[in-house]
Amino acid sequence: MFQREYGWRGIATLCGLFVIILTIVIGAFLIYKGSDTFLKFGHSIWEFLGSSEWNPADNADGGGAVGALIFIVGSLATCALALLIAAPFSLGSAIFITEISKKYGERFYRPVVEIFAGIPSVVYGWVGLTVLVPFIKTVFHRQVGHSILAAGIVLAVMIFPTITSVSADAIAAVPNECRNAAYGMGSTRWQTIYRVVVPAAGSGIISGIILGLARAFGEALAVAMVIGQTTALPTSIFSTTKTLTTEIASQMGNAMEGGEMKSALWTMALLLFLISLLFISLIHHFSNKKEEGDK
Amino acid sequence: MKRRTLAVLLTAAMAMGTMLAGCGDSAEDTSSANSSSDNTDTADSADEDLSGTITAAGSSALKPLADDAADAFAELYPDVAITIDAGGSGEGLKQVSEGTVDIGNSDVEASEKLDEAQAAELVDHQVCVVTMAPIVNPDVKEGGVENLTKDQLISIFTGETKNWSQVGGPDEDIVLVTRPTSSGTRATFQKYALDGAEEASNASMETDDSGVLLQNVKDTKGAIGYVALSYLVGDTGVETVAIDGVEPTLENTYNGTYPVWTFEHMYTKGEANEVTQAYLDYIMSDEYGEQMEELGYGVSSKMTVTEH
Repeated sequence: MFQREYGWRGIATLCGLFVIILTIVIGAFLIYKGSDTFLKFGHSIWEFLGSSEWNPADNADGGGAVGALIFIVGSLATCALALLIAAPFSLGSAIFITEISKKYGERFYRPVVEIFAGIPSVVYGWVGLTVLVPFIKTVFHRQVGHSILAAGIVLAVMIFPTITSVSADAIAAVPNECRNAAYGMGSTRWQTIYRVVVPAAGSGIISGIILGLARAFGEALAVAMVIGQTTALPTSIFSTTKTLTTEIASQMGNAMEGGEMKSALWTMALLLFLISLLFISLIHHFSNKKEEGDK
Repeated sequence: MKRRTLAVLLTAAMAMGTMLAGCGDSAEDTSSANSSSDNTDTADSADEDLSGTITAAGSSALKPLADDAADAFAELYPDVAITIDAGGSGEGLKQVSEGTVDIGNSDVEASEKLDEAQAAELVDHQVCVVTMAPIVNPDVKEGGVENLTKDQLISIFTGETKNWSQVGGPDEDIVLVTRPTSSGTRATFQKYALDGAEEASNASMETDDSGVLLQNVKDTKGAIGYVALSYLVGDTGVETVAIDGVEPTLENTYNGTYPVWTFEHMYTKGEANEVTQAYLDYIMSDEYGEQMEELGYGVSSKMTVTEH
């Protein structure tokens, strides 16, 4: 009896605690590694965040420049573009699944969307490289097809299923009374959807968008293959540039242990960790708001 | 209620203490898990049938050769298991210095990536020579660019020359395809082909490995990049360009006329153990040398010059 009651509870608690501690330890480790840029090599946070001069020395003496603005702008630009492309499609699909054609949507459309979510990013990247990059090259008459546009499209396809399924769940959770009340007032189906259902599911939809954004921010492999990694601030959507994740992935293997470059890369990893922390707290902020609204 | 929260927090803090303590050596634990490199038990075995394991990590430029040699070596000594990982020169040197792997493969000398004390412990084995060649998209060569002087090459890679017509080629923009700043291939090319001039990072497309670089040069009109000759075996769809009239070939590397080459290093921590030494000897043997040249690597002993 005691075993059944407390033994399993203990195991469950331990597992839960382990995950919490793991997260804290990873965070602490990133802070420990990433702070070297500021403490050991004496760069300021503003230099790191605001300067586009990226030339860290690959040795322990330091003396280089660690401005990561190019990568921050690159990450923001690709993710914003991906969101701009994916969000309308996702929202449309979510409404289609839940409101317009429930039977076909739930039986056929949703499983198809979920298959999208399971495809590994290397496959997306490769397809992007072999299909999308030459396509952009021919259609826009560019010498180079690698671009922010290519990365944005690849990311948009990747985050589309995340946003769609979370939004669809949020819309499905809107109580039927709301719809019936709207119809009772004489609304058409379209008026019901955009005046009542979508606003009521708003916080859930925003959570879906932020989840998608978090995935887009963290993607390195697929982006690296199509963005044409150039260390320069982008000037248009056809520019080649770099993102935080692609720079870490391409430099970490060769950078010297304990050197200025490695420290700067760790600081970028820390920045990514903080950004995902921000996204998660935003999601919590929105879902709390919703619960308050429900009361 | 309050007391319970406190208890939970305390447990958490205690658990975290143990976790943190465990964390310090867990890094070594995981790494030694894939090394299993203690060959002490094999040291006294007979010469003919060597057995044991060899682990290596590091340079991706050297990996194809190390893999091929490992396969051939395994046919001679079936009881020897060899695992070779890529991960970059820096990673290979770090791991061999920590004792995680038996061999650290590197494009550069250990002193460039490790501090002096660590580098002094390592023994260098110059297993082969790698020659780096500038490569261009076929349309550039068709357009008349077969040879570039060093000055032209420097001007192209520093971003001063922007159009192929300025160096006698077609009227096309030059697209630079390069490797990341920490790459060993880039370091070698910069040192010996560009006389140390810094490449224009803000105008070049960096690629994570030489295979992708090759693909990009092949697919992009007006592109120029550089790879090791080992990537140019067979029909690759790109063209090499001569520097100052000297074609990038192994012969020209051996006789000292072509300047862009470097020794590839396999580092061991202290003297290599018996199995590892047998593997290193095998790679540097004349018997394996022919195979090495077929793969596009140069044999160290054929070099008539050892300094640039």
